[in-house]
Amino acid sequence: MNINFKHEWVETNIGLMLVLVMLAISVGGLVEIAPLFFIDKTIEKVDGVRPYTPLELRGRDIYQREGCYLCHSQMIRPFRDEKLRYGHYSLAAESQYDHPFQWGSKRTGPDLARVGGKYSNAWHVQHLIAPRSMVPESVMPNYPWLLSTPLDISDVALRMKALRNVGVPYSLTEAEYKANVAKFGETVAKELHIPDAQKNLIEQANFGNYDGDKAGVSEMDALVAYLQVLGTMVDFNKYKDDEFVKYR
Amino acid sequence: MAVTTYSSAEQYNFDIVKKFAVMSLVWAVIGMFVGVYIASELAWPLLNFDSPYFSFGRFRPVHTTSVIFGFGGSALFATSYYVVQRTCQTRLISDGMATFTFWGWMAVIVLADISYVMGYTQSREYAEMEWPIDLLVEVVWVVYLILFVGTIMRRKQPHIYVANWFYLAFILATALLHTFNNLAMPVSLFSMKSYSLFSGTQDAMMQWWYGHNAVGFFLTAAFLGMMYYFVPKQAGRPIYSYRLSIVHFWALSFMYMWVGAHHLHWTALPDWTSSLAAAFSILLLMPSWGGMINGIMTLSGAWDKLRTDPVMRFMIVALSFYGMSTFEGPMMSLKEVNALSHYTDWTVGHVHSGALGWVAMISFGSLYHMIPRLWNTKVYSQKLVEVHFWLATIGIVLYIVAMWISGITQGLMWRAFDQFGNLQYSFVESVAAMHPFYAMRAIGGAFFLTGAVIMTYNMLMTIRQGVREAAALDAKLAAKMARAGA
Repeated sequence: MNINFKHEWVETNIGLMLVLVMLAISVGGLVEIAPLFFIDKTIEKVDGVRPYTPLELRGRDIYQREGCYLCHSQMIRPFRDEKLRYGHYSLAAESQYDHPFQWGSKRTGPDLARVGGKYSNAWHVQHLIAPRSMVPESVMPNYPWLLSTPLDISDVALRMKALRNVGVPYSLTEAEYKANVAKFGETVAKELHIPDAQKNLIEQANFGNYDGDKAGVSEMDALVAYLQVLGTMVDFNKYKDDEFVKYR
Repeated sequence: MAVTTYSSAEQYNFDIVKKFAVMSLVWAVIGMFVGVYIASELAWPLLNFDSPYFSFGRFRPVHTTSVIFGFGGSALFATSYYVVQRTCQTRLISDGMATFTFWGWMAVIVLADISYVMGYTQSREYAEMEWPIDLLVEVVWVVYLILFVGTIMRRKQPHIYVANWFYLAFILATALLHTFNNLAMPVSLFSMKSYSLFSGTQDAMMQWWYGHNAVGFFLTAAFLGMMYYFVPKQAGRPIYSYRLSIVHFWALSFMYMWVGAHHLHWTALPDWTSSLAAAFSILLLMPSWGGMINGIMTLSGAWDKLRTDPVMRFMIVALSFYGMSTFEGPMMSLKEVNALSHYTDWTVGHVHSGALGWVAMISFGSLYHMIPRLWNTKVYSQKLVEVHFWLATIGIVLYIVAMWISGITQGLMWRAFDQFGNLQYSFVESVAAMHPFYAMRAIGGAFFLTGAVIMTYNMLMTIRQGVREAAALDAKLAAKMARAGA
């Protein structure tokens, strides 16, 4: 059998061209994306990473809303200078519950992957209201409205349900709750229980008092709570230096 | 047998082309103005005005959406409808569908821009639109595909012209990318907010598969389609090599889809993925340059046009920038270079050498060619075309040079150690060092914007001139008919 392929066939047949173009543009994505869902080593096995509490989740929503990801990355690379400046390089496991990911692509400001615990709540509040009052050379916008805007908590349970639908282990049923207790411990599991979302959110905000104002829950409470948890979930002292090399 | 002669207005649907062509200029001015504004915010943060609606984070997607999908998208709709009708010698299969794509697409851009300012965003770069707008995009795009392919099926020529291959690849790839990258779970049917179906590493891979191919197909393949029609037309020469266009078309379509992960070097994405992407990025240099060479060599034998024809100059400079940025891209995808360039302004400069130098310049050239023909007239002022060319070129050079310097400076400052092995600079010292270059970038952008404003004025005057000439001709004809009748 000898088929003499002529490109002219494609040039004169729109159906054939359509099929061939579809084939040509499908391969790359299939080869590079699909395996990431199946190869076990893609996400490191590591303790401590949990879904966000309701308050942190709402803080993350605000982080997205204000476009923070456009100037701040959340992805520390395995370089000596980044280790000194930001800490241990980021693991895939640390963003496994991030829908969508917030790795970023630009550092107009510093990386925030491990900003949690680095500064006090009061520092963050003042810095968000007026960055140049803390860091004179900063070019970050002022975000005064975060402190004056009450946090909308009406749909926080719906938000958690949506995330549950895409695979985040927030619990709706007793069985799911028990599974979370086994996986994350009781303290965390309680925070992940959707029926208690509003109660948990208000409790965390009142207890943490992130915005320095006891009355009400502001958007500032949520955002600072989120920033303070970034990069703090994994205790790297538990692991050997080269523990995660095999996953890369 | 009676021979029916059509005027081109009856033979082709030029009305839709005119609408998109004018809107592409309008979005160019709006999008570039917002671009200059946010560039100025980085140099002078006072301009954020303590207001959520003006802050950089919400304004930046307004800039990218307005220029990529507003200006670029409208230019592509306009030229693809023009090219597919001219090269297939047939009218679009449906005026209603064409009009729907126009109003649908305009609604997408307007709704998207408003929603970003209101704080609704998926926070996926170049795909910030929330789910209801994504669905509208999907519908418009399917109609566009049907209209485009349907028109090709009605062609009077056996062969499908090469420009249409590129437009087809762009439409198909955009549909594929848009669909998968925007898979998300809405909070409720009445909420604009949604959460991506994917998370972390897989989500990052999906986003940059989309992100880089928005560049590869929306901003490259489609504009190559534009190039393959308008460069030979303006030069009055056939395409340099038909064989080269075949080879580089298939190579480009195949390879682009592999390279997205070079945006994720040294991250938590597994190394095998980003290494594979880097390898394909290097390979991609060849089909990219194939397109550039094919375009530039089309001028062989007519090089003198570069001296006399400013429109030709737009096109050739566009191709030169295309060649330059498709060399720079593979270089930046090398892990060693990327370790320095990633997260810095170098990337921003690279994008703009492609977006301003290639995409905008080839669009300007094509619109300068097409708009006078649509209204059956000549360009209102060649002098202003000349002025636009120099403003645009100087603007790009200022922009790119500023970003090269600031990007490499940032990269080097971040990794500098003092004699004791400590970090030499705090982060904010690198921010302070950027100030002069951010100012220079804003000025470069202002040059480019001014050129676009001048072009818009020039084209509106051209259209007015065309309308007047047509009216005068009609009056003359009417008078002649009246005399003949009397």
